[in-house]
Amino acid sequence: MNAERRRLIRALGALALIPAAARAQGFAGLGATAGGFAPVLPATRLAFPADHGPHPAFRIEWWYVTAVLTDAAGADAGVQWTLFRIALAPPGGGGTGWQTPQLWMGHAGLTTATTHRHHQLYARGGVGQAGVGLAPFRAFIDDWHLAETAPGRGSGFGPLAMAASGPDFGYALTLASDRGVALHGIDGYSVKSERGQASHYYSQPFFDVAGSISLDGAARAVTGQAWMDREWSSQPLDPDQTGWDWFSLHLARGAKLMVYRLRQSGGAPYVTGTWITPGGHPEPLAPGSVSVEPLDWAEVAGRRLPLVWRIALPGRGLEIETTPLNPQSWMATDFAYWEGPIRATGTHPGRGYLELTGY
Amino acid sequence: MLGVLLSHWRRKPGQLATLLIGLAVATALWSGVQALNDQARASYDRAARAFQGATVPSLVAAAGGDLDQALFAALRRAGVPVSPAVEGRVRIAGHPYRLIGIEPVSLPRAAGLTVLAGGEATGEGFTDFVLPPGRTLAAPETLARLGLPAGARPLTASGHSLPPLAVSAEIAPGLLALDIGFAQAALGRPGRVSRLLLDPGWTGTLPADAVGLRRVDPAPGGEMARLTESFHLNLTAFGLLAFLVGLFIVHSAVGLAVEQRLGMFRTLRACGVPAAGLTRALMAELLVLAAAAGLAGVAAGWLIARALLPDVAASLHGLYGAEVAGVLSLGPGWWLAGLGISLAGALAAAAAALVRVHRLPVLESAAPRAWEAASRTRIARQGLAAAAMLAASGVLAATAPGLGTAFAAMACLLVGAALGLPAVLGRVLIAAEATARRPVLHWFWADTRQHLPALSLALMALLLALGVNIGVGTMVGSFREAFTGWLDGRLAAEAYLRPASEAQRARLEAWLAARPEVTAVLPSRAEETRLAGWPVELQGFTDHATYRDHWPMLSLAPGGWDRVAAGAGALISEQLARRAGLAPGDAIALPTPTGDWRLGVAGIYPDYGNPKGQVRVALAAMEARWPGAAFNSLGVRAAPGAVPGLLAALEADLGLDPADMIDQAALKRESRAIFERTFTVTAALNTLTLGVAAVALLTALMTLSAQRLPQLAPLWALGLTRRRLALIEIARMLALALMTALLAIPLGIAVAWLLVAVVNVAAFGWRLPLHLFPADWALLVGLALACALLAALAPVLRLARTPPAQLLRIFADER
Repeated sequence: MNAERRRLIRALGALALIPAAARAQGFAGLGATAGGFAPVLPATRLAFPADHGPHPAFRIEWWYVTAVLTDAAGADAGVQWTLFRIALAPPGGGGTGWQTPQLWMGHAGLTTATTHRHHQLYARGGVGQAGVGLAPFRAFIDDWHLAETAPGRGSGFGPLAMAASGPDFGYALTLASDRGVALHGIDGYSVKSERGQASHYYSQPFFDVAGSISLDGAARAVTGQAWMDREWSSQPLDPDQTGWDWFSLHLARGAKLMVYRLRQSGGAPYVTGTWITPGGHPEPLAPGSVSVEPLDWAEVAGRRLPLVWRIALPGRGLEIETTPLNPQSWMATDFAYWEGPIRATGTHPGRGYLELTGY
Repeated sequence: MLGVLLSHWRRKPGQLATLLIGLAVATALWSGVQALNDQARASYDRAARAFQGATVPSLVAAAGGDLDQALFAALRRAGVPVSPAVEGRVRIAGHPYRLIGIEPVSLPRAAGLTVLAGGEATGEGFTDFVLPPGRTLAAPETLARLGLPAGARPLTASGHSLPPLAVSAEIAPGLLALDIGFAQAALGRPGRVSRLLLDPGWTGTLPADAVGLRRVDPAPGGEMARLTESFHLNLTAFGLLAFLVGLFIVHSAVGLAVEQRLGMFRTLRACGVPAAGLTRALMAELLVLAAAAGLAGVAAGWLIARALLPDVAASLHGLYGAEVAGVLSLGPGWWLAGLGISLAGALAAAAAALVRVHRLPVLESAAPRAWEAASRTRIARQGLAAAAMLAASGVLAATAPGLGTAFAAMACLLVGAALGLPAVLGRVLIAAEATARRPVLHWFWADTRQHLPALSLALMALLLALGVNIGVGTMVGSFREAFTGWLDGRLAAEAYLRPASEAQRARLEAWLAARPEVTAVLPSRAEETRLAGWPVELQGFTDHATYRDHWPMLSLAPGGWDRVAAGAGALISEQLARRAGLAPGDAIALPTPTGDWRLGVAGIYPDYGNPKGQVRVALAAMEARWPGAAFNSLGVRAAPGAVPGLLAALEADLGLDPADMIDQAALKRESRAIFERTFTVTAALNTLTLGVAAVALLTALMTLSAQRLPQLAPLWALGLTRRRLALIEIARMLALALMTALLAIPLGIAVAWLLVAVVNVAAFGWRLPLHLFPADWALLVGLALACALLAALAPVLRLARTPPAQLLRIFADER
């Protein structure tokens, strides 16, 4: 966006805010909980709908939705809607109102085969400009929202209205699913690396989507599928953990696959994920049971990014290759990353989203 | 050859010193004034770039007053990119400071604050700024004025401890920037915002339910530079005058040096040095001397500027509210410009002498006073030029309004007066000679007239310095009288209170009404609007005898006060009347939130020192036309002796901030202090210019004394004692100085008239009644005589001590 904002966020100090770092927060060592923030503990049991809401005692948290869409003419598109919460101080630091130590950041993206648009918002907590509320669930920042229009059942969300816009794009979609959420790792305690770093992490990958997207004022109706991730943690990223390649895939025959590869300098990447059965049952993928390998690279925003991948899950007889809808899906936000729709071919064809950070 | 030329200066160190001092002084005054101007302009530029919080459009309550903070989130969630700001004033250690609370995350980039991005304010990042204890960002000048180091927590008059100070060069001096939450607490306005800043790039429309909001666009940039232009023009004019007076010295010193070296030049030419080579060598010599003098002058200019800067800064602050950094910082450009003007000035002053050397006939016999003889026709020509210049000055002053022509008229007047001086003095001397009976007296007058050409430049310098001194002194004195009377009428109430809110106002009024010592309470409201494209303060006041009896007026329509009280008439300030061409009886249409308000001009009053126009209307009518207009102040009439007790009781009973109440005496004291500081610079420059003139006189006499011997020797031979001759010399100087000083009086009055009736009107929009101060004139005449006496003393002492043998030798040696 602009240099001032970039510097502003840099001034947040030790906080790593980019999605790469944000995701890597979850990888932080259990014993390394910094500065009085709440630790991620294996004994914690998630409870809903309470855990759909914010966890201000943790350092960082996000509500993250990606949707793969198709318009009436059969053209593919994708949208991203993300709300980040960053605690500027541990519990007890700061105060109320303007002194609430919470900063919110929104990212929105809209991708077609030829166009990629994105926008970014910031807001302080405590004064009603941004936040997340429960009963009904409502996440918002400025005029962007992700909000229940009717109550949900069990751990699931009720139907959600999701909208965001930038100067040259916008979308308004409804998301609906009758499933409960899928907890990653052990009951949502998601161990992320050999060092024992972890986050609280669950997903709702079963949303059906309908609505409209607009580019430069031209709106069109779309339908598709959406995936919501919820994650929170407190620990900073280790310096040698350089970045992250993350996949969420809606596969044929109703299964979902989440798999990621954490890159570290001077060591093999840590690869793991979750297989979610068509019935919604999550099965953690042990490290070594899944392989994720880049096949081809492309030049994006002056960087060389791996955009074509092979994913193999021998235990499930899965061997697929993914290609991006639009190789130029670059989120040139304060902390830039690649985030865009992908299509999978092979034993389990499907569609999904890829996120590449730290390049 | 340069060595030969320079040998002259070795033999005449006094003459060298004169030349160098003259040029150095001229350069010093000029570059000192330029330094002050540069410094002020740099401050305006910085202020224009610095964070003021006002450089983006904003939404304010249409009815005036604060907005509810909840409106911020509501508008953001409706997609309007607003950022809240709360503003107010706090008093710290007796001084007022502007305090602004901002919200850095939503602050539009165009508002110009990057400091929170962690760049400039090292270690004072965003988190420190927004989380307790927060930070108070302030310019280095502000910290210096507060006398507090970074990290200290300033205590406001209301007892609130501000967040720790952090230095930021990005914040305008005088401004304290806090995160909005801390600012609301410091100002006692939790949950309130003064305005919502808008991103200037936003092109959307406000949601339909956002009623009661008014969009205010920021004032165009460079306002301060425009407002203060006249002040700097005044300074520049003074600097130029001083520079010209200095050049008189250079001119006479160079002329003399050339005169005395004519023999040497002839010898050099006879030895085969070409005229061009000689001229070049002389020019090189001059440039070397000018460079040396220029360097010294620029350094002295820096010292002058440094000494005057605090007063200039205070003047600009008092007059225009402009913040000028109090620490002098000048670039290499300024030093080079000073040196350049010194060289250029020296060349200009020496041009005539150089041309003369260039044209020097090789075989011409040395005739050191030939140029004096030739000068009679020159004096006559100068007299004609003087008459033309004076006429031009009169025409300019009478016909053309603008500030530029006003200064042109001033320049014509001064140059005309200077040029005319030798002619006038010559006439006076001829007349005096005609009345003389005794031969010595006869000779005295004739010889004085003979001297006139040689002394005329120095006398012109003296005339100008005295004339300007009298003129400026008269203007300042007139202003002081007018200002004092005006303050007395203007500040008729015994105390003024500024309630922080409407609720507090109501409490105050009720409390005051119950006090027996209070005879009247005079509430007022103020809003800002525009009239004739000019920012205008609209003030509502209550009809009361206090105003009818005391308010200073320039003109009043019949029944004017009644028309104002009835809500049909308005009183307008002199500046506004002049600018918009309004007179009593004219109609005006004031933009208000309820539409244009048509009013008749009922009267015009002076409003000295206000860069904006002002309109005063009846309070009740204003409240009807402008619902929710901001409360201005509450005038309290009471017995003067009861005021201190009343104010103390107000603080104790109602908790009114001492910063928000002031008694009449204190207010007048503050106003007068501002006034006096405003003219400190003028007075200082005035005195320095007079000093330069004294130096000019001294130089001229010193250089002349050497040439006097041949003329005095015959008189000595005729039987006049050396002592008598010395007294005659002193009497001659005093006579010339006295005549010049007396002529300076009408010149000074003319200068004063131009200043108050033309320059001030053009520059500030007000005209002052002219008062004359004969006592000051007497003092100046005395000063001029003392100067002349001092200047004549050294040469005369030398004459008195000249051995008779040398006087005798004159007859033998005279070339």
